[in-house]
Amino acid sequence: MRGNFAKITKILSAGVVAAGLLASASAKAAEDTIKVGILHSLSGTMAISETTLKDVMLMLIDEQNAKGGLLGKKLEAVVVDPASNWPLFAEKARELISKDKVAAVFGCWTSVSRKSVLPVFSELDNILFYPVQYEGEESERNVFYTGAAPNQQAIPAVDYLMSADGGSVKRWVLEGTDYVYPRTTNKILEAYLKSKGVPAEDIMVNYTPFGFSDWQTEVSAIKKFGSAGKKTAVVSTVNGDANVPFYKELGNQGIKAEDIPVMAFSVGEEELAGLDTKPLVGHLAAWNYFESVNTPENKKFIADWHKFIKNNKRTTNDPMEAHYIGFNMWVKAVQKAGTTDPDKVIDAMVGVSVPNLTGGYSAMMPNHHITKPVLIGEIQANGQFQTVSKTPGLVMGDEWSDYLPDSKDLISDWRAPLSCGNFNVKTGKCGGKGTN
Amino acid sequence: MKIFRAIGLTLLFLLTTLSSSGAAEADLRAIIAKFATAADFSETGAIVRELTATGDPAVERPLAALAEGNLYIRAADSMVFVGKEGSDSIQLFDPLSGEAAGEASADDLTQIGVNNTLRRTIRDALGTLTLGSKDPTVRIAAADTMFKTPDAANIEPLDAAIASETVASVKALLEQARGASILVSDKPDTDKLAAIALIGARGDRDALSLLTSVEANASGAVKEAATAAIASINSTLAFWDAGQNIWYGISLGSVLLLAAIGLAITFGVMGVINMAHGEMVMLGAYTTFVVQQVIRTSFPGLFDWSLVIALPLAFLVAALVGLAIERGIIRFLYGRPLETLLATWGVSLILQQAVRTIFGPTNQEVGNPSWMSGSFDIGQLAITWNRLWILVFALAVFGVLLYVMKRTPWGLQMRAVTANRRMAASMGIKTPWVDALTFALGSGIAGIAGVALSQIDNVSPNLGRGYIIDSFMVVVFGGVGNLWGTLVGAFSLGIVNKFLEPYAGAVLGKIVVLVLIILFIQKRPRGLFALKGRAVEA
Repeated sequence: MRGNFAKITKILSAGVVAAGLLASASAKAAEDTIKVGILHSLSGTMAISETTLKDVMLMLIDEQNAKGGLLGKKLEAVVVDPASNWPLFAEKARELISKDKVAAVFGCWTSVSRKSVLPVFSELDNILFYPVQYEGEESERNVFYTGAAPNQQAIPAVDYLMSADGGSVKRWVLEGTDYVYPRTTNKILEAYLKSKGVPAEDIMVNYTPFGFSDWQTEVSAIKKFGSAGKKTAVVSTVNGDANVPFYKELGNQGIKAEDIPVMAFSVGEEELAGLDTKPLVGHLAAWNYFESVNTPENKKFIADWHKFIKNNKRTTNDPMEAHYIGFNMWVKAVQKAGTTDPDKVIDAMVGVSVPNLTGGYSAMMPNHHITKPVLIGEIQANGQFQTVSKTPGLVMGDEWSDYLPDSKDLISDWRAPLSCGNFNVKTGKCGGKGTN
Repeated sequence: MKIFRAIGLTLLFLLTTLSSSGAAEADLRAIIAKFATAADFSETGAIVRELTATGDPAVERPLAALAEGNLYIRAADSMVFVGKEGSDSIQLFDPLSGEAAGEASADDLTQIGVNNTLRRTIRDALGTLTLGSKDPTVRIAAADTMFKTPDAANIEPLDAAIASETVASVKALLEQARGASILVSDKPDTDKLAAIALIGARGDRDALSLLTSVEANASGAVKEAATAAIASINSTLAFWDAGQNIWYGISLGSVLLLAAIGLAITFGVMGVINMAHGEMVMLGAYTTFVVQQVIRTSFPGLFDWSLVIALPLAFLVAALVGLAIERGIIRFLYGRPLETLLATWGVSLILQQAVRTIFGPTNQEVGNPSWMSGSFDIGQLAITWNRLWILVFALAVFGVLLYVMKRTPWGLQMRAVTANRRMAASMGIKTPWVDALTFALGSGIAGIAGVALSQIDNVSPNLGRGYIIDSFMVVVFGGVGNLWGTLVGAFSLGIVNKFLEPYAGAVLGKIVVLVLIILFIQKRPRGLFALKGRAVEA
């Protein structure tokens, strides 16, 4: 019996060993390379979203090497798997920086994983590129936020729904998964809607747990809320896996986009790939990038991606574009600084401007957020989005929301001499209080 | 716009009596050709309104195509066509006559974009245009649209339609639509009061929505009547809401039952703490996906049968994996619950990662066959077909399993081994094989649960994770070792959950249910239906 049990532990540890092999294989490579850390979950609940980002990073590094590398050296990817386990993100980040001596790290998806690695990055003074839309209320010296802040996604989305084109919506359902991003975003949206004169009884806020799958009650509550004789829309911050059953239930209960449109902030091409989108035509999403955007840059990016992943059906999405922008910005900043030393690169990053995939340029601002256009798209029968509205210019990421009482006086500017992530313009001191 | 529509509708009735002429067709073509030069949605919308204003029923074809996103412009000559996507090219049809007009590749065509506002404009326009259709279902849809978008200009055409309507049910809907239009017109109050009575009797959410806006804008007797009608609709709806909660609870219960019923065998009957149970459900769902993929590529006609074909295959796949797990790991660990728990947890991770490696980490699309899509109404209660079928299926699986356990020799052996292993072995029962087959049966049942759950949930490597806690909760609550306990446990948890949800919210509701179960287990450690006798002590 004892022998058998040993066998089982062997099987169990096989997975751990396999993960370890990935890291050790890279250690054998040539000495004179610049290492780039990739910190995305390849197993566990978040693997569904993060694996793609790991692949796109490998592709970008390959392409850069084909162009001759960086500062005359080849780039080398170091991939680790934090396994959707938030404390493990911090451990793996420490490993990447101290042991593998990476020059920069591209990684994290959920806000909680980002919060978990922040102390590691400031202690060991390295750089993190964070590619996902998030709730804002944060600005760190060592982090560059290439995803959207709330004012680059949520606020323009609500503005669109209020406009005549979007259907002049008067009644709002804020539906979200119960964690920090939806709660903060909804707090900002509620304050924003009220500032636009929407009465409290025309706003319904509801939260569901992670991975929620039985949406019958929620969808019929939305239906009920929508039958008050005013145009109603749902703003959804429902995350990841819970979206598929949510949309299936909407389709089954016959809620059509013409009657009650659903505007989502976490549903992209990747999430729609698991769905029959015919009943969902017309529901909306707000992003800074859609696969359907028709520009030469995007066409090339999609073609490269299909070639790299060897599958013509794989979609591209917004966080992938964020990594594309972030990686190119880092390359440019390293060239500008002439070194990969994080301190010098951080200083060189501000003001760097690179092409994005939607036919313009994105620039890194002093608050470590970037400028992006905001696109509103409608879901089509083929699982893609059709852009129905685009902001006329670029929108600059606003880290401290102007609609929350705690953060409206704060600004962030990482250039000398201010060099502060939460400067309070009222008191003139660095170290103002954010909401979290 | 109202004037336009009024003119359009008068024209419509003139035209239907006089039949359209060749000159009118040329006019329509001229308007349709303008789609090629529309720069944005508002210009496209203007053309749609112009088309509607002609009142010619022939505009139905291009407008319907536009709403579906099937209207294309040929780049070469800016001609507008209705397109139908073929395998590698798009077949073109004339927008008015519908005659085939060759085909073109997608690169040579530009699709005319639509947004929600445009789709709604088109739907409203089609509503008035299709009032005279021969198909009663089209007339019902038209009446429905006109009810939802009341307009004083609709009264006249509705009067004409009501006069010529022969089907009683359609006539009633048309009268309600007429009532809705009267309420927004400047007709005398007596007409409006009659209309409120008519609409109040309809009693659904659309009626409520309409009356709420009437109440806000009216005064005097009309306002009072509207308030009274709203109150009466609200009280009927409150009754239906309670019914709806029960139905949702039963439906959630059936999902819990399906997820837990396999575990009721492996954990309940055999006592194995099987953390890989959720992954058996996941394997069943992926089997469904593979079956649908094969059907999609090779036998598209069989799609409606995909679930029926997937059922035995999912059972086999999950049962074989279960058999391998039992023979390979669990049989060495009987009587050591902690090690079993850890080992099966490890197996679940391995299975998840294996599926992730083979199929990729993203969700896979499993389609609903036509008989599982949509919903039907009982009174004010909307019941979706997929939920109903899942309930029927869960009960059928339960019935079959009960029969196997109680009425077949195999079931007898299973129960004998569980009750007293050594005595059963002395009677000549090969207990190791009974164990293996029982575990395979439990796993197989989990596999067919996966077929059903693929219809309402994500098919991703994480599918099983969401169900494992709930499954254990149901089995422990219902009473370990008792199938009836699992049935009652699943439905009572489902109904309690759904009754709490509207008041407490989904998050708090779940917590309250968990706390209630903990308290209940404190009071009755063996669950609702405890096994009695020597089996318990063994």
